Amino acid sequence: MKIIVCIKQVPATTQVKINPETNTLVREGVESIINPYDAYAIEEGVRLRERCGGTVTVLTMGPPQAETALREAISLGADEAVLLSDRAFAGSDTWATSYTLAQGIKKIGDFDLIVCGKQAIDGDTAQVGPGIAEFLDIPFVAYIRKIEEIDDSLLRVERLMDEGYEVIESKLPALITVVKEINEPRLPSLRGKLNAKKAEITSWNLKDLGVTEDSVGLPASPTKVVKIFTPPPRGSGETLTGSTPEIVDKLVAQLKQDRVV
Amino acid sequence: MDYFLTEEQQMIRDLARQIAQEKIVPVRAELDEKEEFPWEIMKVLAESDMCGLYIPEVYGGMGGGCFELCLATEEISRACGGVAVCYAASGLGTYPILLFGNEAQKQKYLPDIASGKKLAAFGLTESEAGSDAGGIQTTAVADGDHYVLNGTKQWITNGGEADTYTVVAMTDKVKGSRGASTFIVEKGWEGFSFGKKEKKMGIRCSSTTELIFRNCRVPKENLLAREGMGFIVAMKTLDCTRPGIGAQAVGIAQGALDEALSYARRRVQFGKPISSFQAIQHMLADMATQIEAARALVYATARHVDSGARNVSKVSAMCKLFAADMCMKVTTDAVQILGGYGYMREYPVEKMMRDAKITQIYEGTNQIQRNVIALQLIKESASK
Ligand SMILES: Cc1cc2nc3c(=O)[nH]c(=O)nc-3n(C[C@H](O)[C@H](O)[C@H](O)COP(=O)(O)OP(=O)(O)OC[C@H]3O[C@@H](n4cnc5c(N)ncnc54)[C@H](O)[C@@H]3O)c2cc1C
Repeated sequence: MKIIVCIKQVPATTQVKINPETNTLVREGVESIINPYDAYAIEEGVRLRERCGGTVTVLTMGPPQAETALREAISLGADEAVLLSDRAFAGSDTWATSYTLAQGIKKIGDFDLIVCGKQAIDGDTAQVGPGIAEFLDIPFVAYIRKIEEIDDSLLRVERLMDEGYEVIESKLPALITVVKEINEPRLPSLRGKLNAKKAEITSWNLKDLGVTEDSVGLPASPTKVVKIFTPPPRGSGETLTGSTPEIVDKLVAQLKQDRVV
Repeated sequence: MDYFLTEEQQMIRDLARQIAQEKIVPVRAELDEKEEFPWEIMKVLAESDMCGLYIPEVYGGMGGGCFELCLATEEISRACGGVAVCYAASGLGTYPILLFGNEAQKQKYLPDIASGKKLAAFGLTESEAGSDAGGIQTTAVADGDHYVLNGTKQWITNGGEADTYTVVAMTDKVKGSRGASTFIVEKGWEGFSFGKKEKKMGIRCSSTTELIFRNCRVPKENLLAREGMGFIVAMKTLDCTRPGIGAQAVGIAQGALDEALSYARRRVQFGKPISSFQAIQHMLADMATQIEAARALVYATARHVDSGARNVSKVSAMCKLFAADMCMKVTTDAVQILGGYGYMREYPVEKMMRDAKITQIYEGTNQIQRNVIALQLIKESASK
């Protein structure tokens, strides 16, 4: 089974700072880690390989430093790593990112399953995984908490819902995004770390992917960020007291005042 | 301080530290309280390739030596001295095979230990033979293709949990200390059982039990080295593993200093953090200095052992002695710095002080280490 895991390097904090002028994330001076949800994707990929054989290739788009994240993925059990890096990719929104990753996957060639984390903790959009599937024109299932069964052509998974879960079957190749309930990522092994140090990381730029400059990066990103802000914390609820008719009166009055009704 | 670790040694230290922080610190108090063997953590150590650091690559290990084992032991001990002894005692049980095993014995026993699938243990001590190991009463009598073992070993670390046991027994009592031999015995063999699990002051998650032999038949191919070499096997083994106890002591002490330092900066009395009082500062300074000195001695000794030096008994005893005494002092001072809080189970230094004590006792008490050092000094002087 040929498995591709897409990962992203993100700032090592959930307290992401935003530059108020450019509306972009402040990355300077913040240690980088593998996006936590992607760690579950790597672990699931490695477990699948341990179960069914095959290879796990990790793929990321990012600056040259993103190589660190790829090496870490190898120390956690991935076999190969591909970095898509080019100045032209800078400023990509989720559309351009999905497109570029999809081109990278096409260049890798053969695959049975693509695994992504459900979302990245910096942007939190959860769009890139599904976007890749659309560009590749393959089925995808998001928010997977368990792979029940997988063979050469068929996949049966449990998709986490707000209440309960759905069981979904899909043919392969397919893309899934995973939630943290799916597994507990292992720690690196010493042999993995030694492999990671020696591993050759494949790096592809714009030319290697054979795409035009205006189809990637900022020019190809339709998203316009108007404003980024932290939503105000939800206030605590209010409990109405009194007899039932009194409570109903108070409630209706309040709803009218708040222009809900 | 920079000890000029190779890149691989740094990886070992960093990975052991990560395991200690993420997997051991959160459960150490509970393991201690429940006296529960840390199998989960042993599994993590195995999956991280930490169990075969000192075992050659041909037998599935990582090809390092005593020094690599010390680096990992130190980091694990920094979080929990109890988990560390479960880990390190497997090395103690393995070194006899590593040093004296023939090819067949090594191929049979080392790979499973290197992968962490099995743990090992070392059985020398008996109720009437502690410091005076020459007094052991367990016998091994040749009978056809077998030796028949009878007797009881006491206080054996990893007893009941390990699969592979290296055991010293008398094959010829008349010859005294030249009449002992070492055997590899497997858990599950008929006539081999375990006594009660001891309740201890410290390192409480580790298992300490009797090994009971009642007409236990051990195949002759499981004799290590030759008949009569038993004590040589034991002594050469301890030469290689005492730096590991030193590393355990350095780690426990470092963990105690970490706690004392962060507490001293937080705790306010008389309107100031207690870290601003010179009495506390001096204690911290002495603790840090003693730890660094012990670490330097342990590392230097471990490297000396790995260099293949012939006679390492003296330095090996020195580093165990110095580090263990240091550890007892530093952990006691850590409790002192935390005051009444330090005496409470809620804070980790109470356990660290309990765990520290064993380092002065096992693998030869510190009195015995001094005997070893002094004897060697006198011998060296006399031969000049
Ligand atoms: C938790 C634990 C785990 C252990 N694990 C193992 C194990 O895995 N395998 C194993 O084989 N053994 C193990 N032991 C045994 C340990 O090595 C012995 O306890 C130790 O060697 C001391 O022996 P003893 O307890 O009989 O003390 P004793 O020998 O009775 O000593 C009592 C006191 O007398 C002192 N003393 C004795 N002789 C002299 C002397 N000649 N000069 C000066 N002072 C002397 C000692 O230093 C000590 O202070 C373990 C012990 C403990 C407590």
